[in-house]
Amino acid sequence: MRPLTHLEVLEAEAIHIMREAVAESERPVMLYSVGKDSAVMLHVARKAFSPGRPPFPLLHVDTTWKFKAMYEFRDRASTETGMELLIHQNPECIERGINPFDHGSSLHTDMWKTEGLRQALDKWKFDVAFGGARRDEEKSRAKERIFSVRSANHRWDPKQQRPELWHTYNVRHTPDQSIRVFPLSNWTELDVWQYIYLENIPIVPLYFAEERPVVERNGTLIMVDDDRMRLEPGEVPMMRKVRFRTLGCYPLTGAIESEADTLTGIIQEMLLTTTSERQGRVIDFDSSASMEKKKQEGYF
Amino acid sequence: MAHAIEPLVLDDIEAYLDAHQHKDLLSFLTCGSVDDGKSTLIGRLLYESHLVFDDHLAALEADSKRLGTQGDNLDFALLVDGLAAEREQGITIDVAYRFFSTKRRKFVVADTPGHEQYTRNMVTGASNASLAVILVDARKGVLTQTRRHTYLVSLLGIKQIVLAINKMDLVDYSQDVFKRIERDYRAFAEEVGEAEIACIPLSALVGDNIVHPSPNLSWYAGPTLLSYLETVQVESAAATKSLRMPVQWVNRPHLDFRGIAGTISRGSVAPGDVVRVLPSGRTTTVSRVYTHDGDLARAVAGQAVTLVLADDVDVSRGDLVCANDEPAEVADQFEAHIVWMHEQEMLPGRPYLMKIGTSTVGLTIDHPKYKVNVNTLETLAAPILALNEIGVCTVATSRPIPFDPYVDNRDTGGFLIIDRLTNNTVGIGLLHFALRRSHNIHWQAVDVTAKARSLLNGHEPAVVWFTGLSGAGKSTVASRVEQRLHSRGVRTYLLDGDNVRHGLNRDLGFSAADRVENIRRVAEVARLMVDAGLVVIVAFISPFAAERQFARERVEDGQFVEVFIDTPLNVAEARDSKGLYAKARRGELTNFTGIDSPYEPPENPDIRIDGVNIGPDEAADMIVHQLRAKGIVP
Repeated sequence: MRPLTHLEVLEAEAIHIMREAVAESERPVMLYSVGKDSAVMLHVARKAFSPGRPPFPLLHVDTTWKFKAMYEFRDRASTETGMELLIHQNPECIERGINPFDHGSSLHTDMWKTEGLRQALDKWKFDVAFGGARRDEEKSRAKERIFSVRSANHRWDPKQQRPELWHTYNVRHTPDQSIRVFPLSNWTELDVWQYIYLENIPIVPLYFAEERPVVERNGTLIMVDDDRMRLEPGEVPMMRKVRFRTLGCYPLTGAIESEADTLTGIIQEMLLTTTSERQGRVIDFDSSASMEKKKQEGYF
Repeated sequence: MAHAIEPLVLDDIEAYLDAHQHKDLLSFLTCGSVDDGKSTLIGRLLYESHLVFDDHLAALEADSKRLGTQGDNLDFALLVDGLAAEREQGITIDVAYRFFSTKRRKFVVADTPGHEQYTRNMVTGASNASLAVILVDARKGVLTQTRRHTYLVSLLGIKQIVLAINKMDLVDYSQDVFKRIERDYRAFAEEVGEAEIACIPLSALVGDNIVHPSPNLSWYAGPTLLSYLETVQVESAAATKSLRMPVQWVNRPHLDFRGIAGTISRGSVAPGDVVRVLPSGRTTTVSRVYTHDGDLARAVAGQAVTLVLADDVDVSRGDLVCANDEPAEVADQFEAHIVWMHEQEMLPGRPYLMKIGTSTVGLTIDHPKYKVNVNTLETLAAPILALNEIGVCTVATSRPIPFDPYVDNRDTGGFLIIDRLTNNTVGIGLLHFALRRSHNIHWQAVDVTAKARSLLNGHEPAVVWFTGLSGAGKSTVASRVEQRLHSRGVRTYLLDGDNVRHGLNRDLGFSAADRVENIRRVAEVARLMVDAGLVVIVAFISPFAAERQFARERVEDGQFVEVFIDTPLNVAEARDSKGLYAKARRGELTNFTGIDSPYEPPENPDIRIDGVNIGPDEAADMIVHQLRAKGIVP
């Protein structure tokens, strides 16, 4: 008998994690951010509970500033899987009109995403939430548990994390605690892409290179996705063949110039590339340990 | 830079992906102390296998200048030391997982600190690793901590060890130094276990013998560290042994499908196999090995599948599906190694939870037979186990569980110890063997004391003594307190006039002497119940301070909580819910407290409730809050 390949091991591990979490929680939910990691997580979830449907809803913590193509993809994913899709938009952000132009990336992200996620989990009283984060994304995530306990206000305390041994997970929690579960913890970016390729998983077309209207700001290409995009004086959108390595709010997500319009093209480009995945996200530049701070505040 | 571009990536990406897809996975653990250069070694492995991106490298250059310890050189340790706090302290304080891959294999590295107080992290990192890389400083050789690391990785079942003799550049690449360390280490390792050992000389800082053979070490003919890791055969015993599959989930999406979902922990399974479900012991036949991608002709260890069984046998989460001809044992008393992982020490007799496989059961742990000094491997007597201590104990589960000895199978022999109140994982255990009924556990705590009973209950025993006038509201508040405590899992009993005067004290009237005797008996009953470990709620008028004092002295300090329901006579009389005041005023009742018999209000009650302005629910909440604050109930 041949040994299992690393992707078979990773898939089986993710299925095992999801089944454990669902078997021992009262109200599980899957955080669905529409990106490639969410696509993989959803795909694995369908395998885990097949021939049934995954016994939990999808939750999209929306900022209203995602790419149009992401909203279309999201709604289609929910229809095709038959899973319930819950959408939460922070009402305070709607009321105050929080946007990346007037309020800056940090406040925008903090209020729509971090605060919005907290609100959504409290609103529906979810005790276990699946997230697509991986340990290879960033240094502080390398130490994240697969089952990560959050306190009543959703804070992450690195000192209070439980020891995690074998494949035996402690899913128990007090009524005011909740647990984030990361089934893809041990996957790398290449694993995710390779799995998408092997399993033929649909992803948002924004990952593929295409002629798109962009402007260049501080060396970053920003796509003009709708007429809310504020152009600087003299700035004129130009058509460039670009794609996105990560997806978020369109005014905060840098595009890269690329010819990769197939999956193998993307993987090839990724293997040849010289910058890490998270660099396309503007928030990481705030400070050296900013992801760790965000996590302590309840962001993934 | 970035990845060393394999020509295939450029020339034939699909062929590259096909090759990558078929790589297997090796999980290994690295252990060493702060000074052994462990983080440097891992940083170097990532760097040399070209997994460091340009932006990370730029950050590393900046960080090396600001925080680094290597002058103008890159400090690879900074690539892997994650959390801000530990970056400042310059030590790794938790298990971190890193990933890299080469042409041949994909690797998961559990990076664990070697600091004495962090045994917990090493044990955690070792639990999923099939190989350990133990670092020693060539200048220092085999140290106490090297022994500790070796003991711990052996304990956790790792059968392959690489002794990485680092900093060879600082001993002039001396072969003699290398040989001496190798000899010392092998002599020691033989005592500890049966691991297969490879000793490799290297310098992580300079890069000697990490990826490429070094001319500085020309006397060394063995593989470099990376080439050893790429080619070492990891134990495949898991696939050849008999089947074990802990049941995670019974999948019943519709009437026509009932599947038993789980991950195969050991062995393999195919349609037609006869299996036995433990602990029930029922046998059945596997009719399908279902997966979303189609049925399998055979599934092996590591695969997550859904078994469809031929018969409708009763199977639920926590059961273990075994090969029929070689099932696991079922028992409820065991000898086990315990590794304690929490600041709050292990208390023999306290009820914990055990999570083993997918099953969670009650667990009690006896006094350690001994604890192990992980530095000297000496065994010592120990009444308890503190954080990072390891001991051998007898453990008992609340019901029989299927298990295998840990050395045979980690998933069915290793367990988590979970605190019932906080739900934290406070320790782990490794089952060795079941104790036979005939040489039943000799519980050292064989005398079942009040303390033992209270440990079993999970809370302290106490008397909550309500006093106050008739109609003050004692019984109402007392019963609401009892409801609240009961819902918190506290074992309670409510003693009030109704259940005592109609039975035990049926012979007593309401004279002062009878009142004293009444309270004396109630106080003695309360004392017995405290000894039984209960929280006894007493709701009696108990008008005299001396009898209340007598009751207080029946139990230990801190176990008596006096609650004064302070309702003035006029208010209580106005309520007169039982019509007793009216009768007393009419002279139909004599010796009625407050009318023709005195009430001595407590001067310093533990809790005073304003019976006029505070409703019974609020009062009950206040009292429960106080009991929690006093540490009596959780």
